Amino acid sequence: MENAKGRVHKFGDNVDTDVIIPARYLNTASHKELAAHCMEDIDKEFVNKVQEGDIMVATKNFGCGSSREHAPIAIKASGVSCVIASSFARIFYRNAINIGLPIIECPEAAENISEGDIVAIDFNTGVITDETTGKTFQGEPFPEFIQNIIQKGGLINSIK
Amino acid sequence: MGMTMSQKILAAHAGLDEVKAGQLIEAKLDLVLGNDVTTPVAINVFEQNGATKVFDNTKIAMIMDHFTPNKDIKAATLVKQTRDFANKYDIKNYRDVGEMGIEHALLPEMGLVGPGCLCIGADSHTCTYGALGAFSTGVGSTDMCAGMISGKAWFKVPSAIKFNLVGKPQGFVSGKDVILHIIGKIGVDGALYKSMEFTGEGVKHLNIDDRLCIANMAIEAGAKNGIFPVDEITREYCDGRYQGTPVAYEADEDAVYDEEYTIDLSELRPTVSFPHLPENTRTIDEIGETEVKIDQVVIGSCTNGRISDLRAAANVLKGKKLANGVRCIVIPGTQKIWKQAMHEGLFDIFIDAGAVVSTPTCGPCLGGHMGILAAGERAVSTTNRNFVGRMGHVDSEVYLASPAVAAASAVTGYITNPEKV
Repeated sequence: MENAKGRVHKFGDNVDTDVIIPARYLNTASHKELAAHCMEDIDKEFVNKVQEGDIMVATKNFGCGSSREHAPIAIKASGVSCVIASSFARIFYRNAINIGLPIIECPEAAENISEGDIVAIDFNTGVITDETTGKTFQGEPFPEFIQNIIQKGGLINSIK
Repeated sequence: MGMTMSQKILAAHAGLDEVKAGQLIEAKLDLVLGNDVTTPVAINVFEQNGATKVFDNTKIAMIMDHFTPNKDIKAATLVKQTRDFANKYDIKNYRDVGEMGIEHALLPEMGLVGPGCLCIGADSHTCTYGALGAFSTGVGSTDMCAGMISGKAWFKVPSAIKFNLVGKPQGFVSGKDVILHIIGKIGVDGALYKSMEFTGEGVKHLNIDDRLCIANMAIEAGAKNGIFPVDEITREYCDGRYQGTPVAYEADEDAVYDEEYTIDLSELRPTVSFPHLPENTRTIDEIGETEVKIDQVVIGSCTNGRISDLRAAANVLKGKKLANGVRCIVIPGTQKIWKQAMHEGLFDIFIDAGAVVSTPTCGPCLGGHMGILAAGERAVSTTNRNFVGRMGHVDSEVYLASPAVAAASAVTGYITNPEKV
């Protein structure tokens, strides 16, 4: 897995999939169209601010609610290279792995990293470095089973 | 070490004698479900990966319920894509307008899910079927696609929280109040990654519709699944209906739970979730009579669109008129429920009160169509989520409640205790 580095967009608890991609846009499966409305109901300016490689940081229960895979797709297609959260809702967690959006659980990082910081993530070790503050955090690397899915290029390739 | 009910179903479908919480397993699926929003994404993955066949065309259900009857050209295109795929692969349980219903009301009714079965669905409320003693859980479209191809899915075996239900619900208290109370108690991530196992002598006082409503909202506490034991009420519902072979699994006596709660159903009160999280609950007694003025009421959804729900609403609305300026939209969950409600005369009650009755659709629950809110508007809804913008504008508000509370609120124009209408 390629490591990630980018500028942080910070969110709070219980960011639900309805604010990540509102249902009024679920009448399309186009990644580009979904990305154009990513985070619209929580931060209207997000799509204008986000740059390729940026990192999303949130606290507990990120991605709760609907099972819509359109949510991690919209985040990934908007250019975000990794989501760090204290915890993820379970369907979002599966979906992110399945579509190849890197995510990592780390409550300390989620609490301590601020909006606009430059953060780097090493997926092999789970180490998260906030280059703006110089602090490092130990995230939970994926279990081997899941690393295997990712290495094979996603779930569908792994069952072939 | 003993296993929970959920663990036993997973073990049986993985061909293992025993599983432990945290273990990663691959299990055989009895049913794979998708809807008109999630199936097209699964079909795209299917086709992009060069798949050419499905594992079993009788074990896949595609229910066109979210934006149907097709709300716009884009939605119509997604349904057409799904219909073409279903025709090509001869998917036996494809259901479109005329035969469809809201998926989680329809599948139990069709007998596609029942005791002991293992089901995944590309819809978060797939956890509903735990009411029948099934292990069922929501997944995304790629998992749906993998399930359609291989007939299998991987699971991390969940640990569980046990809810010991005692006593009998009083007055207007329904399954909805039970689950809102529990979510208020443990929070929207209180059961994250876990099973919610409901048990105890109080279960026998909950009819099948109450149980379906409770299991339906397990996801709103973050749970992987919610599950009820199989008893006479389950058997009565599933006999002659369930197309598979029912297997009644029971938790071992020495099963280990992360936490245990005892919920006395006789002490519960009608409960309402305030914006913008299902955990923001208050009992009806904690809400002032003219505290929350409303514009719209929705009675329906996979949570509360069943016949008992419509009867409960009609019971409150009978002989009454809606408050001035309040719109009330009633949405029976399936065609069968619709017809039954019609024959029972419930539509006369709704229409005479000033409500409208819609064809089955998920519609307003997710802000799709058929009842979208403007900025500043408030709805009391029997649905399952009250997130920011869920039913429309980001500055609108959704209050979650039972059909009886929703109906009473429609009459007064404020969130209202049905005992007082």
